Amino acid sequence: MTTTTGTEQASRSPLSRLQHLLHSQATIGPAVVLLIAIVVFALLSDRFLQPANISLVLQQVAVVGTLAVGQTIVILTAGIDLSCGAIMVLTSIVMAKVAAETGLPGFPALLLGFLLGTVCGLVNGLLVTRLKLPPFIVTLGTLNVFFALNLWYSESATIRGGDMPKLLLWTGETVTIGGTRVTYGSIIMVLLVAVMAFVLKNTAWGRHVYATGDDAEASRLSGIRTARVLLSVYATAGAVYALGAWILIGRIASASPQAGQFENLDSITAVVIGGTSLFGGRGAIVGSLIGALIVGVFRNGLALAGVDVLWQTFAVGVLIIAAVSIDQWIRKVKP
Amino acid sequence: MTPILQARGLVKRYGRVTALAGADLDLEQGEILAVIGDNGAGKSSLIKALCGAVVPDEGTVLLDGEPMSFATPVDARIAGIETVHQSLAVAPSLDIAANLFLGRERRRPGVLGSVFRMLDRTGMREEAKRQLDALGIMTIQNPGQAVETLSGGQRQAVAVARAAAFGSRVVIMDEPTAALGVRESRAVLDLILQVRERGLPVILISHNMPHVFEVADRVHIQRLGRRKAVVDPRSISMSDAVAIMTGALEVDEEAS
Repeated sequence: MTTTTGTEQASRSPLSRLQHLLHSQATIGPAVVLLIAIVVFALLSDRFLQPANISLVLQQVAVVGTLAVGQTIVILTAGIDLSCGAIMVLTSIVMAKVAAETGLPGFPALLLGFLLGTVCGLVNGLLVTRLKLPPFIVTLGTLNVFFALNLWYSESATIRGGDMPKLLLWTGETVTIGGTRVTYGSIIMVLLVAVMAFVLKNTAWGRHVYATGDDAEASRLSGIRTARVLLSVYATAGAVYALGAWILIGRIASASPQAGQFENLDSITAVVIGGTSLFGGRGAIVGSLIGALIVGVFRNGLALAGVDVLWQTFAVGVLIIAAVSIDQWIRKVKP
Repeated sequence: MTPILQARGLVKRYGRVTALAGADLDLEQGEILAVIGDNGAGKSSLIKALCGAVVPDEGTVLLDGEPMSFATPVDARIAGIETVHQSLAVAPSLDIAANLFLGRERRRPGVLGSVFRMLDRTGMREEAKRQLDALGIMTIQNPGQAVETLSGGQRQAVAVARAAAFGSRVVIMDEPTAALGVRESRAVLDLILQVRERGLPVILISHNMPHVFEVADRVHIQRLGRRKAVVDPRSISMSDAVAIMTGALEVDEEAS
């Protein structure tokens, strides 16, 4: 009760001050890394900053960035969602195949996809809150269940873009902004990030998401219905993955039962590199977008510099470990 | 005058273990009632029954003479009973104002609040500052500071401020000084006295006899799941109170 904050701050070492800064603003670290990466790769290759290349990176990041939004809110509650890629593939197949086979117009097909994604998320949420199983186990199970359902329903066949309504492919169309061609999918992803960032920061629900991940028992004693918060988080994440499915269809101009099944790990990578803590309660959506961009820029930049694909993967692995180490260090901040 | 909060014949069993065996409690208006007892005497169960964290198997809780049935801590809070849990029940990564209003956030007026569900951040911060100032917690300057950057005593102060700000009838404090050093304990005891000065009655659960005897108006001694005695701390020695608590000294039940 007798803290003299002023003198303490003055006596802090630069390292300790950095630790406090990163502690209060978790997104600064990833943002700096992204800026440095962009500068370095721009110096290494003339093509890196050309509009066509920027457009490519944005397209590559759109799907993972969208999944990362759902993944972030789950991880903020100290959970994890391994099933996000499977939910996305399943919903993309169902949307496309139902529309292709029954002639269902684009809009209802899209709604069907959102409904399915939300239901899949709800299943995760119910298993986590009702059976009180660890999210890792629940989503490891549903990852396999949803993926098997996807293979069964699609009969392992790809649905061609030409057989679908135009609306499902719209996310792959482009608009030119400042000389760079940007897909509508990328724009949707950025808007989604903005909306979710607003909701997390400015609504009671957002605060309850953080509080539940921070200390579930304390939140419950404070009157937050934590089970309801968790359920809504998993369901919302499911809806977000359905949006990812729409962007995926546009990106590959078809719906493939094999597309994007490893995006679950990529989305977790983006979230972790973006400064959100796997232990819950700390992080931000914008950080996850930056995390996805870092991965995209690294892969693209290294490829342009003529580095073999295996070393790109190596670099991403090093980034993950570095990001989590920094998070551990930040968490040890002293009052 | 009827006691503000009463418990009559509370029974709580966990399997074969009987935590409460017909416990009573009376809290008078404007007093600090300390509850002491050995481990396993049923202090925690008694407090949990009063604040809605557990539902007793038998017995009633009366607030202002009205029988209450609390199914959750939220029910008790709505009735005006605020509890400072031993674990403090704060979210460390959120700031002080957010913790003060956790679970009862205020929205902005107008469309921003009703349609966009925006929180009234500035309003809540100002109110938080007012509450901290009212309790004389001057060392916390900035309600936007994250709770995890605070010392143990400051966190306790935040939890007490939350209870005092929203508790309209009763404040219950579970071991508020257990984890604190001497100076910090001192400050928290002052806070407890402050809360009483505001006219709010306080139930204080503590193991620390000097603290109990310093601030309590009456001491409720819990033993073997029941109220063994209620004593006046000014007319009984600490060692006698401990003797009643451990069963070394026999008293007629409800004698005082």
